[in-house]
Amino acid sequence: MTTESGPLKQTPLYAEHKKLGARLVPFAGWEMPIQYAGIVEEHRAVRTAAGLFDVSHMGEIEMRGEHAASVVDYLVTGDAAGLEDGKALYTSALNERGTMLDDLIVYRVARDAFLIVCNAGNRDKISAHFRRAAVDHCEFRDCSDETALLALQGPRALEILALAGKDAAACADLKSFTFRDAVVANVRTTVARTGYTGEDGVEIFCANADAPHLFRTLLELGKSLGLEPVGLGARDTLRLEACLSLYGNDIDETTNPLEAGLGWIVKMNKQLFIGKEALAKIQQTGMPRKFVAFEMTGRGIARHGYPLCDAQGKPVGTCTSGGPAPTLGKNIGLGYLPSELSAVGTEFQVDCRGKLVGAVVVKRPFYKRNRGAA
Amino acid sequence: MSDKLDVRDGLLYTRDHEWTASKAEGMEVGITAYAVDQLGDITLVNIDAKVGDAVTAGKAFGTIESVKTLSDLFSPVNGKVVKINGELESKPELVNEDCYGKGWMVVIQPSDTAEKDKLLSPAAYRDLLKSVDH
Repeated sequence: MTTESGPLKQTPLYAEHKKLGARLVPFAGWEMPIQYAGIVEEHRAVRTAAGLFDVSHMGEIEMRGEHAASVVDYLVTGDAAGLEDGKALYTSALNERGTMLDDLIVYRVARDAFLIVCNAGNRDKISAHFRRAAVDHCEFRDCSDETALLALQGPRALEILALAGKDAAACADLKSFTFRDAVVANVRTTVARTGYTGEDGVEIFCANADAPHLFRTLLELGKSLGLEPVGLGARDTLRLEACLSLYGNDIDETTNPLEAGLGWIVKMNKQLFIGKEALAKIQQTGMPRKFVAFEMTGRGIARHGYPLCDAQGKPVGTCTSGGPAPTLGKNIGLGYLPSELSAVGTEFQVDCRGKLVGAVVVKRPFYKRNRGAA
Repeated sequence: MSDKLDVRDGLLYTRDHEWTASKAEGMEVGITAYAVDQLGDITLVNIDAKVGDAVTAGKAFGTIESVKTLSDLFSPVNGKVVKINGELESKPELVNEDCYGKGWMVVIQPSDTAEKDKLLSPAAYRDLLKSVDH
């Protein structure tokens, strides 16, 4: 995912991870915790109680000024210009060919101030892309190196957050994809009702220096409610069950958002954005392949890069993500298949290192939380 | 989870983190506690070799998959497969629970007795773990 060399970067929570006995691995140029107690246990904690993730490796970019809204809007596929203060938008940035530079969340802080969060592995690319577009139009600042980000996710996430002070408790009224500044555990933060697990929860931005205190305090407060620290391993199995795309696996500069099942983050009736013309052409000519979710029917586990084959065993597509789904107790995957083989119920085969194993296209997502009354 | 540095006396080891035990029919083979710890929750054990198949030292006779990743299972010695642990097909978690016991994978009859000389003693394997685990 990243080609940069040199020493791995550490988040401000590195020492906390070490203390908790995490296994640290290189990820997108960072030394990140892949697991603490174990992927399955952490996965279950998030589905049944709550998990706390360090996602400080993500990139944060600020765009400010009178024309910031127009510049951001031009760079992304969604309606950034139509955002209100305190609202966030899941979107993507494309190149001229209509393929994906990254998937992003854009936050409107004020009429003339936007925060953009990008994937760690794309930080340099996206930072340069936004910096170039900002020249002579608006202010640009990459604040990734001074910003920490925690994700508190799970059915009890808001309950745990409420233990961190009055201001934090008031965040319970945040709707999905809204955010505001809040003092959490005596730390100045920005709390957003967003996440990457398929569960309810929040993501909390704070200054690097405050992150260890915030992380420790939340873990302590949430302990009796089942909160556990969760690594990138379970983050991957959680997002896979929820069918949330992973950049570098499911989407990249060879995929366009329409074939990737992300048509909903593209606003084609917007006047102008990079990649719009290319997407309009793709819409006209139709898509040869589609992003699908599948379950293994035979004994095998599909992994990233495995060929997907038709009934005759001919390779016709590619698995982009796959693995065991701890909540479902099944082996699942995501990938691209020719449009004519992409209907739910279509049977095909996965080439698991030379062994053809049966699979069937299923409805997305694999896992959807019970939203209850809220 | 058991202690990842659990190395049992009386067994011989490979640099690929497999153990072997001398049995009447041949050498019983499994993966070590360290390998299990590295893999995490094991979800599938695929023994591709069949009883009677020849296996080559350092070549894969199957694969093991965890939630996290897939890894090859390497034959510790040259020889012939004489027994396969069929229970792992439906209960791969036995490898997590008891890697030196119920989690055994195959029994291999070595092509000659000198095959054992290539393997690591418990002391040598402990040293290897010290050098890779920090």
